[in-house]
Amino acid sequence: MGGAPSTDTAIIRRRVSRSQSQRGTEEPPLIKWTLIAIALAFSLVFLLLPLVNVFAQAFAKGWQAYWNSLTEPDSWAAIRLTLIVAAIAVPLNVMFGVAAAWAIAKFEFRWKSLLTTLIDLPFSVSPVVAGLMFVLMFGLQGYFGKWLEAHEIKIIFAVPGIVLATVFVTFPFVARELIPVMQAAGSEQEQAALTLGASGWRTFWHVTLPSVKWGLIYGIILCNARAMGEFGAVSVVSGHIIRQTETMPLRVQALYEGGSAVSGAAAFAVASLLALLALITLAIKTFLEWKQARDYARAQQLAMPTPESDSDTAFLARQNLR
Amino acid sequence: MAEKKFNALPGFGLTMGFTIFYLSAIALIPIAGLFLKTLEISLTDFWRLATTDRALAAYRLTFGASLVAALANALFGTVLAWVLVRYEFPGKRFIDALVDFPFALPTAVAGLTLANLFADNGWLGQWLVPLGIKGAFTPLGVIIALTFVGMPFAVRTLQPVLENLEREVEEAAATLGASRVRTFFSIIAPTLLPTIITGFALAFARAVGEYGSIVFISGNQPFKTEIAPYLIVMRLDEYDYTGAVALAVVLMVISFAMLYVINWLETWSSRFQN
Repeated sequence: MGGAPSTDTAIIRRRVSRSQSQRGTEEPPLIKWTLIAIALAFSLVFLLLPLVNVFAQAFAKGWQAYWNSLTEPDSWAAIRLTLIVAAIAVPLNVMFGVAAAWAIAKFEFRWKSLLTTLIDLPFSVSPVVAGLMFVLMFGLQGYFGKWLEAHEIKIIFAVPGIVLATVFVTFPFVARELIPVMQAAGSEQEQAALTLGASGWRTFWHVTLPSVKWGLIYGIILCNARAMGEFGAVSVVSGHIIRQTETMPLRVQALYEGGSAVSGAAAFAVASLLALLALITLAIKTFLEWKQARDYARAQQLAMPTPESDSDTAFLARQNLR
Repeated sequence: MAEKKFNALPGFGLTMGFTIFYLSAIALIPIAGLFLKTLEISLTDFWRLATTDRALAAYRLTFGASLVAALANALFGTVLAWVLVRYEFPGKRFIDALVDFPFALPTAVAGLTLANLFADNGWLGQWLVPLGIKGAFTPLGVIIALTFVGMPFAVRTLQPVLENLEREVEEAAATLGASRVRTFFSIIAPTLLPTIITGFALAFARAVGEYGSIVFISGNQPFKTEIAPYLIVMRLDEYDYTGAVALAVVLMVISFAMLYVINWLETWSSRFQN
């Protein structure tokens, strides 16, 4: 099927049967436990403590204070704006991701690798520079500034600018997850469906989509986490107008700079929602990986690899971030 | 790249057209707009704006701190990846899942919680500050934040390669009488090095553009703890667009150079793996 590189399969096989360890190639216990201690200390300072601290500080003043700082109108408006922005930006990027993955995975054309590189562009542009780009396009001094002003359209220091900046920062995520999964799934199934008389759309909905659904879901949750949490690019285009253009991350900053103990705790309260979002994202990711590994093991047992398990292989192999 | 076989799938024109339209509208035209803006600045002005003393101090901090953070990640990230792949210990699966936490956590929250941890009365600061290790509002804080955001890149790049490593080769070395240390340095390390370098480069590239987390932990003092992206924001707040553009173009060109190096590294190290 497809052209799943054999190394990917090897990774899975090792994951599935890792428990059989070899004795002759182990380090002496002293070195082993020193390395484990270093790794644990590093994870404690850079993973566990930052995570626990968010929630500890958020609840430092009790549940009531926590609830009040979230439902207070300014923070509430920020929560709503963040949800609205994500509700616009994520579907747009899903459409882009699916279209780009279809074109790249199912067809051969020149400049394909260039296109793939271009999709990664946002990863190498500083979020602040991304925001600046949109200010230069649509700000008062920008290329379209005069025209927009004449037509009374506000993009910069308004919600459309925040959506644009968010879309820019998060558009690679869905495409990146889908391309390898679609490539691995191949196109024989689609060819068969078309030959049997299904329309292009029907083939897409009933054949392609089910075979890539886990990769798609993973792309969407990553894209959503980033969209809700984007700070730098949004900060540049937002103008920080309370209750109008303040998203949750910007609200966290405003409260943090408020300086008082109360606003400090409120900053952590809003931040705790974003941290919760990150945890949920991780939980879904871990669940998807576990499910894929299980399905793969089952397919191996039956010794009847389905096209789905092939795409799963690529999905798992993609789990390194880039 | 010519068509190998007849492809009956529909939708190439539609999806390709939409992809290129979207990419152009969201990314290519705005990026081109940024570079076009530099044409309005004379070369001498550009040079002057891009190399003010304050800008030079900001570049030094941005690249210096990114370098230290990426090195820390290459070192500790390698240890973490090794431990997660090779050893069994309590809490292993939990930590493995948590490695992606810095990637999923909004940077503003990362900055907030790290600044609080390392502040004078924070969980870590109350022990570290008396020892003279000040993590909040110092260049060290910048390094801490950048290490945090770059860590998943270092660990997750190395992990699949470690999992895929041929144990048989190590066994053969051990059978032939090589000590574990010798096996490590002449067999394992050379195989892993290209991937460690790729992870280092990814963490470095991520660190250079980082803004959100640093705003909270560094204090943003000019010449001391001000990073280049923050200086761009300062210029914008002063409505000094040309100043902002000059700095942005410098950062962008360096990022693209990094992207090129990383792509090259990935090709190079994947050639090593096979």
